Amino acid sequence: MKQKKNMTYLESVHRDGRVWGLILFGLILSFPILLSLIFGELPEWGALARGAIAVLPMYWAVGIVEIFTYVPMLGAGGAYLSFVTGNIANLKLPCALDAMERAGVKANSEEGEIISTISIAVSSIATTIIIILGVILIVPLTPILNSPVLKPAFDQILPALFGGLAVVFVSKNPKLSIAPIILMLVLFIFVPFLNAGTVGIMVPVGVLFTLGVARILYKKGIL
Amino acid sequence: MEFSVNHPILFIIVAAIIAVVLAQSIYFLVRAVRRAKEIGISRETLKKTAVASVLFTIAPAVAILIGVITLSKSLGIALPWLRLSVIGSLSYETVAAGTTLTELGKSMGEMITDASDYITVAWVMTVGIIIGLILTPLLTKKVQSGMLKIGSRDKKWGEIFNNALFLGMISAFLGYVFSDVLLVVKGDFSGLIPVCVMLTAAVVMLLCGLLNKITRWRWITDYAVPISLLCGMAMAIPYTAWLG
Repeated sequence: MKQKKNMTYLESVHRDGRVWGLILFGLILSFPILLSLIFGELPEWGALARGAIAVLPMYWAVGIVEIFTYVPMLGAGGAYLSFVTGNIANLKLPCALDAMERAGVKANSEEGEIISTISIAVSSIATTIIIILGVILIVPLTPILNSPVLKPAFDQILPALFGGLAVVFVSKNPKLSIAPIILMLVLFIFVPFLNAGTVGIMVPVGVLFTLGVARILYKKGIL
Repeated sequence: MEFSVNHPILFIIVAAIIAVVLAQSIYFLVRAVRRAKEIGISRETLKKTAVASVLFTIAPAVAILIGVITLSKSLGIALPWLRLSVIGSLSYETVAAGTTLTELGKSMGEMITDASDYITVAWVMTVGIIIGLILTPLLTKKVQSGMLKIGSRDKKWGEIFNNALFLGMISAFLGYVFSDVLLVVKGDFSGLIPVCVMLTAAVVMLLCGLLNKITRWRWITDYAVPISLLCGMAMAIPYTAWLG
């Protein structure tokens, strides 16, 4: 997939991203189909339908909202990779944000697009290799990784991750940070439904609210 | 063919799919590095980006591996390996697998022995996450073009818009850190653990900035976020012993 002379880098990223996306869509869908062919069995249709009805509405709704929320932050290359390799909010996006911040590039510039893509690609490769090593060494590793001593450390990855990132972004945008942080603190503290399982739904809420606040502050000349 | 959740053929199929996913990452990495050189991004910046990204990834990737181990009790290793390497997240996959197993009259932690049950679980886990793969090729260009238009119309607003996106996400996760603090009223202090961990990571981040100013050691700021992440995670162990 060579870059044509009249095609910009970004345009070629979109073209290649679509081609890779379609290939992977086919491959991932082929997994359960191949299982049926190999083992000569069909799924339990009733359980499949009931399971799908139970999880699909929620996960498809979240999936659609995630596209509009995360694509603008990830950049084109980063988005095509992240929506295949997953773990966006807890790994890929923070990793890309940190990389762009460190390199001093803006997310909506070509430099930002490139640094974000490199960071997410390296993170995806590293994750895949770590999981492959883990799968090969699963027998000796299981007692270590499941040890009660280490469990609290892995349970608290998100607070540890966002503690550091918050310092970077809040200190750069103190005026814009106040309202969304207060809103989210109040909501999460006082609404029992909001917890680790529902934080994904609150990301677009936080993003839309912050955009609204940013627009008002910008129009008033405060930002 | 006789079915087993750890049948070698499952590993072969999963390894083949993961190899393609890996190839996609390598392809985009090579393209981005080439373009970076063309537009004059320094070798040093690229190297630091790659090294910091690896450091940043280790702890969350090990957490994902723990997810594979957790799900392997019901589903064997191959399916969780695929689902958590491609798109999936532990919370979603646990719910999708758990719901389907319940519908099949089984429970999480009980090893699947029947091919039909296994295929049913694999289908539900696959269709649940497939939406991102359908929509990304269709919508990414449109969403990106919209972003670029905002930036080209008003450069300052474009930058504020980007910062607002990041802050919106970060504020949601900061809120989540405080979601269980009210348990303190009932005498349960475990809700303070994430708050203490978050504050520790934030203080370490501030200290890194301060150390950089005093010593001029640039590497401290280069790796400040991974350092603060690991310090926060390490301190979660004594905090949990103390408050949990």
